[in-house]
Amino acid sequence: MRIDCKHVWEHISSYIDGEIEPELRKEIDRHLDHCSICSATIDSTRNIVVLVADDRVFEIPAGYSQRLHERIAEVINDEASKSR
Amino acid sequence: MTSISTERSANSKVAEDDLIARILAGERELFHELIRPYEKLLYSMVFSMLRNEAEAEDAAQTAAIQAYTNLARYRGESRFSTWLVTIALNEGRTRLRKAGTLREDSIDALSEETGSDYTPALLADWREIPSAALERKEVRSLLENAIAQLPALYRDVLVLRDVDGLDIEETAHALSITPASVKVRLHRARRMMQKYLAPELKQYAPKSKGWLGGWS
Repeated sequence: MRIDCKHVWEHISSYIDGEIEPELRKEIDRHLDHCSICSATIDSTRNIVVLVADDRVFEIPAGYSQRLHERIAEVINDEASKSR
Repeated sequence: MTSISTERSANSKVAEDDLIARILAGERELFHELIRPYEKLLYSMVFSMLRNEAEAEDAAQTAAIQAYTNLARYRGESRFSTWLVTIALNEGRTRLRKAGTLREDSIDALSEETGSDYTPALLADWREIPSAALERKEVRSLLENAIAQLPALYRDVLVLRDVDGLDIEETAHALSITPASVKVRLHRARRMMQKYLAPELKQYAPKSKGWLGGWS
């Protein structure tokens, strides 16, 4: 089986997650050896997946955690005083 | 080749279910411990929907309080994290609906990427953008805006899976869809991201490869 670029593009996501049949992976790797476009497509997709997983993306505002726990504490205290 | 790590500092399900049982039995303070590993998840989920810091923080707080007051309704068959995500998603959607900005995904968005006519951003080479580039606000904004602009259907999957590191099963549970749908949507979300972001991010690649010249 020889696979073309479009075929590779259909499997990018499962390829970078390592969730792909070994046979297909081999075919894709063979394709990547000589196709710089598909290599760059996979590398850039993987790069973006790594970047969005970084904690600096959607960084929580300063003091967020403290305010969250204060609000929770309020609710717990209210509840306790009502049941008294 | 590096594999993608989706490690997350969460309690084990057993430890978590134990914590929940103790909270329900009266040790209410322990809710602080239960929610702590998921603070960021709550925030990123609602922020990706609402795109406003103050609003997202308020929504995250509301979702946490809802989880607290409804904890007795949590059934142990799913993970606490996925239950929590469902609450956060509902809170986000409620706010969008109130603001009149809840866009149901159009047929266009659904059918756009179904076929074989998809073409990624074609680049002859890719030089890795190191994580250090995220020190720059413009790079973070680029990524956040790209995520925010995805159709909700794809965005929710990408945020849970790639931003928050839930696995396929957990993502499927949280969104009440099948694992197969998670994979398909994730694939489409990632390729939309690549198509839009790769050309934009290219300029942030390190200029030199660490040595001068390159002749050997």
